[in-house]
Amino acid sequence: MANMSLEKIRMPEQAPDVRNKNFEEVALGYTKEMAMEEATRCLNCKHKPCVSGCPVNVRIPEFIAEIAKGDFMAAYKILTSTNALPAVCGRVCPQESQCESKCVRGIKGEPVAIGRLERFVADWYMANCDEMPEKPVQNGKKVAVIGSGPSSLTCASDLAKAGYAVTVFEAFHTAGGVLVYGIPEFRLPKAIVQKEIDKLAAMGVEVMTNMVIGKVLSIDEIIEDMGFDAVFIGTGAGLPSFMNIPGEALVGVYSANEYLTRINLMKAYLPDYDTPLRKSKAVAVVGGGNVAMDAARCAKRMGAEKVYIVYRRSEKEMPARLEEVHHAKEEGIEFHLLRNPVKILDDGKGQVCGIECLKMELGEPDASGRRSPVPIEGSNYVIDVDTVVMSIGTSPNPLIRSTTQGLEANRKGCLVVNEETNQTTREGVYAGGDAVTGAATVILAMGAGKKAAAAIDEYLKNK
Amino acid sequence: MFRIVNKKELNSAVTLLEIEAPFVAKKAKAGQFIIFRVDEFSERVPLTIADYDREKGTVTIIFQKVGLSTKLLAAKEVGDSIRDFVGPLGVATEYDGFKKVAVVGGGVGCAIAYPQAKALHELGVEVDVIAGFRNKDIVILEEEMSAVSDNYYLMTDDGTKGEKGFVTDKLKSLIEAGNQYDAVIAIGPIPMMKFVSLTTKPYGIKTIVSLNPIMIDGTGMCGGCRVTVGGEIKFACVDGPDFDGHQVDFDELMNRNSVYKKEEADLAEKHICRMDKMAHDLIH
Repeated sequence: MANMSLEKIRMPEQAPDVRNKNFEEVALGYTKEMAMEEATRCLNCKHKPCVSGCPVNVRIPEFIAEIAKGDFMAAYKILTSTNALPAVCGRVCPQESQCESKCVRGIKGEPVAIGRLERFVADWYMANCDEMPEKPVQNGKKVAVIGSGPSSLTCASDLAKAGYAVTVFEAFHTAGGVLVYGIPEFRLPKAIVQKEIDKLAAMGVEVMTNMVIGKVLSIDEIIEDMGFDAVFIGTGAGLPSFMNIPGEALVGVYSANEYLTRINLMKAYLPDYDTPLRKSKAVAVVGGGNVAMDAARCAKRMGAEKVYIVYRRSEKEMPARLEEVHHAKEEGIEFHLLRNPVKILDDGKGQVCGIECLKMELGEPDASGRRSPVPIEGSNYVIDVDTVVMSIGTSPNPLIRSTTQGLEANRKGCLVVNEETNQTTREGVYAGGDAVTGAATVILAMGAGKKAAAAIDEYLKNK
Repeated sequence: MFRIVNKKELNSAVTLLEIEAPFVAKKAKAGQFIIFRVDEFSERVPLTIADYDREKGTVTIIFQKVGLSTKLLAAKEVGDSIRDFVGPLGVATEYDGFKKVAVVGGGVGCAIAYPQAKALHELGVEVDVIAGFRNKDIVILEEEMSAVSDNYYLMTDDGTKGEKGFVTDKLKSLIEAGNQYDAVIAIGPIPMMKFVSLTTKPYGIKTIVSLNPIMIDGTGMCGGCRVTVGGEIKFACVDGPDFDGHQVDFDELMNRNSVYKKEEADLAEKHICRMDKMAHDLIH
C-alpha cells in the first residue's frame, strides 16, 4: 500500500551554523529505514513520466520498488545499468527540473525524493559491497577520451564495458573535471569521485594526467601516431568570463574558477596544503548560478564574516538549484538581488575595498520570454568588500579547436556535432557535455557521453 | 612521477634540474613553460623551459629558491621524482623576419633568455646578448650564453665582473652606436622588463617581454594570470607568456604579483616542518 504522505521524508543535515564553518558534507543521507519509507511513496506508474525527465533514462520506478522491498543490491544493479555515477547524480542533479518535475506525486504535494533514493543506493553499495568491476573481454580497438569530467567518465565507462581499450587524457593532476575542482567537498565528497574513477581503472581504463591536449599532443597525433580508432572530446566549458568593468585587475578579484580551484582541487581549506588563498573579511560573489552559490558558501567556510551574492535579476530567474539557494541563505549568505556591479573600488594600494552596484528593475519580456533587467539611473551604492568573485559564466576553452583542422565550432566556441550521434565535423571524432552545449549540468553531460559512446561503438563496429 | 636525471647548483640561490618528461621534451619550444608540483601537498608553480633534449626525453628548468615550493624542488636530488610536470604550455616565441636581435636577461631571467638566444642563433639570426646581475657571485650561464651569441655583454650593478651598470645602459649605448635591432627580447624581473621597454620605445624597436604572473592551472581556465596588454585583458598562460613590452601594464602586474606576500611569509614556517618530514621519510 502506497504511503500517501504529501511530503518527502526529510533528509538529515548538519545544522546551518555548524556546517558553515566546516567543509564536511551538508546533507547526511537517508538511513535504510528512511529510504524504504520514502520508496513506498512511489506509485509505480505505468507510463513512468519520471524516466523521461532523466537525461540518462534511469529505470526509476523499478529501482525504487527494490528499495521498498529492501533489496538494495537489486536496486543498485538497475540504477547502474544506465547511470555510471549514481552517487554523484543523486547529490548534484537539479532533480526539481528533471526527474522529480515529472513525478505524479508532485501534482499534489512533493514529488518522490528520487535523487535522495538514488544517492542512498549508491552510498549503501559503497559502504557494504564495494567490489571492483571486472575487466571486460577486449575487442582490440582503442578509443581516446579527452578530459575526465562527467561526460568523459560516462563515455569511458560505457566504452570500457563494450570491450574497448580506453585512455583518458586529463590536463590537471587529478581526474574528475568539475567534480573535483568546481563542486565543493560539502556538496560532493571527493572520495566518492575517486571511487568512481577507481572503478573505471578496474575496468581497464587508463587515466593519463598532466596531458594538455592541443599542447602536449594534437588530436591528429592521437589518431595517426598513437593509433586510436576514435576520439571523444569532453573538455567542458572552463574559460571564465569577466565583466570588463573598471577594477577587475585589482588584488582580491577572482574568477569563480580560480577561487574554487584553489579551494577544492588545491585544498587551500586544509592546513597541510601549500596553495594560498586570501583571508577575506567580506566577499561579494557576482552571479546567480550554482557556481556562485558554491563560491559564496566556500567563502563563508574560509572565514569571511560577510558574504554577498550580487545578481542582476530577481530570485525567480536565478539559475542555481533551489536547494543550494536555500542552503546558502540558511548559512548566512546575504542576497543583493536586481543589482549589477559597475565598478570595483581600489583602496589606494591596488587592493579591493568595495564594489559599486546599480539597482535594476525587470523590464518587459523579450523575444525569448525572459524579462531583462534595466538599470535605474542614479541608484548607485557601494558594498564594502575586500574580495570579489566573478561567477558570470564560462565558455569552452579554444585550445583543442584552435589546434585541430576541420573541427567546427559555433560563434560561442561550442563544438558543432550531429545531434543524433554527437560526431563532430571530423569523422571518428565525437564530442559531448559543456564543450558542445556551453556550461550546463552534470547529468546532461553524462547523457551526452552515453550517447556518444553508443555512436562510437556503432561507428567502430562498421568500420 | 617525473624523475630528476641531472642537478647543478648554478649559484647559491639558483638550481638547474634536468627532468625526464618525454611528452614535454618532444614538443617544447623556446618561450614555452611547464607547471610543476613537488608532492601531494604542493602548489602548482610555473617555470619557463630552459632547455630540452628530444632524444633523451628530458627538459631542463633553472629556478631561484624564493619560497616554499622552489625550496622543496631544490632539495630534490638526482634519482628523486616529483609528482607532476605538465607542458609545454603557452605560445612559443615567434622569430619571423628577424635578422638581428638583442636578447636581454636579468638575473635568473638569463635562464629563460638563454633558450631564446640559442633558438635565434640556430636560425642564423645575429644575436647580441646583454646579461645583467647584481654582482659577480650570482653570474650564471656565462659560457652557454657566449656560445650562442655574436656579442655577449656581461653587466654587474657593482662592477665586480664585466662592465659596471644596468642592462638598459648597455642596450641604449648599443642602439646609439648604430646597431639596428629588429627586436629586443627582455626577460627578467618586472622592473627590468619595464625599463627595457621604456628604453626601446623612443627608437620604435619591437620589444618582446616574457611575463611571469601568478598561475594555477596554466591552461586558460581560471584567469589568475590575467594581465592588461594594450588595454585588454589577456591570460598570460594561453595568450602569452610573450607580449609586446610597449603595451604591457607592468605596474598592474607588479601589484597583482604581490597578492600572497603575507601567506608566502607564513609558509616559511611550514617549510621547516615539511623539510623535517622529508628528511624523516628519507631516513625511514
